[in-house]
Amino acid sequence: MATVPGAPVSSSAASLDLETDVLILGGGPAGTWAAIAAATGGARTILADKGFCGTSGATAASGTTLWYVDPDPAKRAAAKASREGLGGHLADHGWMDRVLDRTHAAVGQLADWGYPFPRDADGRERRVSVQGPEYMRLMRRRVKQAGVTILDHCPALELLVDGGGAVAGAVGVQRQKGGRWTVRAKAVVIATGGCAFLSKALGCNVLTGDGLLMAAEAGADLSGMEFSNAYAIAPAFGSVTKTLLYQWASFTRADGEPIPGAASKGGRSVIARVLATEPVYARLDRAEPELWAAMRQAQPNFFLPFDRAGIDPFTQRFPVTLRLEGTVRGTGGLRLVDGTCATAVPGLFAAGDAATREPICGGFTGGGSHNAAWAMSSGHWAGLGAADHARALGNGTRTLRRAGGAGLQDRLRGGHGGVIDAGGLTRAVQAEVFPYDINYFRTEEGLTGSLGRLDRLWTDAAGAMPASADTILRVREAAAMLATARWMYRSALARTESRGMHRRIDHAALDPAQHHLLTVGGLDEVHVSTRPAPVRLDPVRLDPTEAGRELAA
Amino acid sequence: MIELISPARCTGCNICVSVCPMDVFQPAGSGRADGTAPVIARQSDCQTCFLCEAHCPDDALYVAPDAETVTGIAEDAVAAAGLFGSYRRAIGWTAAHRENRSADQTFRLLAPH
Repeated sequence: MATVPGAPVSSSAASLDLETDVLILGGGPAGTWAAIAAATGGARTILADKGFCGTSGATAASGTTLWYVDPDPAKRAAAKASREGLGGHLADHGWMDRVLDRTHAAVGQLADWGYPFPRDADGRERRVSVQGPEYMRLMRRRVKQAGVTILDHCPALELLVDGGGAVAGAVGVQRQKGGRWTVRAKAVVIATGGCAFLSKALGCNVLTGDGLLMAAEAGADLSGMEFSNAYAIAPAFGSVTKTLLYQWASFTRADGEPIPGAASKGGRSVIARVLATEPVYARLDRAEPELWAAMRQAQPNFFLPFDRAGIDPFTQRFPVTLRLEGTVRGTGGLRLVDGTCATAVPGLFAAGDAATREPICGGFTGGGSHNAAWAMSSGHWAGLGAADHARALGNGTRTLRRAGGAGLQDRLRGGHGGVIDAGGLTRAVQAEVFPYDINYFRTEEGLTGSLGRLDRLWTDAAGAMPASADTILRVREAAAMLATARWMYRSALARTESRGMHRRIDHAALDPAQHHLLTVGGLDEVHVSTRPAPVRLDPVRLDPTEAGRELAA
Repeated sequence: MIELISPARCTGCNICVSVCPMDVFQPAGSGRADGTAPVIARQSDCQTCFLCEAHCPDDALYVAPDAETVTGIAEDAVAAAGLFGSYRRAIGWTAAHRENRSADQTFRLLAPH
C-alpha cells in the first residue's frame, strides 16, 4: 500500500540479520539458475526458500520436458511456430530466439555438471527431459558450490524498499529455527513460482503467489494474468498432475460409455463439463504394450499412485479429476521491462513462473518444456541483471522501510486492528477459482460476481494487522492468493474474446482487434491496461496438426 | 499423504525434516518427537509429493497416494507390498538401482507415433 508509510526496519526485531548484494527469493529452477549466475559473476548472493531448495516447487516433485532444440535454423523455426496459434500469437520471436539459445547452453552445463541424461539405441545422449528430484538435487549442489548462502525454510513475508522506492531486501520468518530474518540487499530476484491456490497439484502447494503480492506491494505490475486457468488431469484420489501419458487414455462415464471428444489434448474442457455433474474415468488403453516399460521409465512418479492403490492404469479404469494449476501452468506473472528480467521497480527482478511467460509462449503452455526453458533462461538473466544492478549501486547508506500491506498492518501502519483467518480466507478464494463454471468457462456474469466477492474480501484483508508468529505465513499466503485471484479475473473480464488458454463462453471467438497484451496491477484498486503485442518480423508457417502434436505436457 | 515413519527403519537423521518443502515433520529429539524418529506433526499440510521418501536414506517413510484423506495403512502392509523404498529404487537413488538414474525414456514418448 503505497499510501501507508511503512514502519522503519529495526534489526532488533530480527533474529537473523544479513546484508548481501543479491537476494533470491525461491529455490526452484529459476531461483537456482539465478543464484548461480549472480554468484558466478562475483556478487555476494543469498537464496531464501519457503521450503527446501532442492525439493520446493513444481519441478522437483515432478520432472519436465525441456524446450531444447538444436541450433539448426529449420528446427528452431519449427519450434517457434509450433505453439504460435495455441498461444494466441502473442509470443515474441526475439525472446524465443534468446531463450532457445540460452536453454541449449544451460542444458549443456547440466550435462557437464554430471546430469545423467539417457542415451538412445544409437548411443546418443538425449537431452529433452529431466527427472525432477535428480535435476533439483544437482542444482542445489551447484548453488552451494557457487558460494551462495542458502536459507531453507525461510519464507519471505515482505520486501524492503529505500527512500526512492527501490527494492532493498526482504523480511521473513525462520519457520524451523524460529524468529524473523532480515536480508538487506542491493537487488532482489523474485523466483517464487506461480500460484496454484493450494490445489494439491503435484509439488504446487508451495506456490501461493507470495512473490507476486510482495512485488506488487513494492509497485511492480503484472502481465497476462488472464492466462491463469490451467487445469491438469490427476487420479481423483491423488496429487500427480502429470498429463503427458494421458494422450494414450480413453475417457468414460461410470457405466463405461465413452465420452465423445474427451481427451487430454484438445478435449480437456469436455472432461471438465462432464466432471461438473458426474465422475469421469480414464484408462491408458491406447498405449501399445511395447510402450508400457518406456512410459514407466519416463515418468516413475506418474505410476506411484497406481502401484500403491493396486490399479493397473493400462487395463483398469480409474476416476480422474482436474486440479487447478493456476499460473503455474498458465503464463501470467510479473511484467518484465527488459532483457535483464527487471520489473518496473528498480532493484527488483523476476524469473521463472513468477514472471510472465508470454514472451515465449503467449497465452498458453502445456507445462514443462517452455516453462522449464524459461526458468533456466530468465533465472540466468535475472541473476546477472541483479548482480549488475548491485555493482552499479555502490555502497551508500540507505534508510529502508517495509513494503508489506495485507496482514502486516499494525496500528502504526494504519491497520484497522482486525486479523485474517487464513484458513477461512483460503477457502473463500478457492471457492472462486476452483469451480470450472467460473474459471475454466468464463463469462462476464461469472467473473463480475466473483470479483465482487473477492473485492469485499480484500477490503477486510488489506488493513489486517499482523497475526501470531505461527500463522503469519499462512495469512500472507492467503492474502497473496486473494490478490492473485483479483488480478486474474480483472484481466479475464477485460479480454472480451477467447485467446490462448483464456476461454470466454460469451466471447467464444478470437478477436483480431484484441491482439494485445494486458498489464494489470494495483492492490486496493486493480487496474488493467493494454500494450501492443510484439510485432513478428519473420514469417512463420502455421500447421495446425504440428501445433496439436506439440501440445504435450 | 505422508502416512508413517517406521521406527524400526528410522535412524533419526532428520533429513526428512529438512527436505520436506511443506514442513510437515517435527525433528527427533524435540517436543512431541521424544523418541529416535521424527513425528508427522502437520499431516494435513502434506502435498503428497513423495520427496521425503526419495531423500530418506533408510527407506523408512511411506507416502500413500491419497492426497486428501489419511488411509491409516499399517507398517506391516507397506512392508509386505514391498513399498518401502520403491520410489527411490525407481529413480535410481539406491546403490543397487543406479542405472535407473539415466533410464528416462521421455525422448521416445515425444517422438511422433
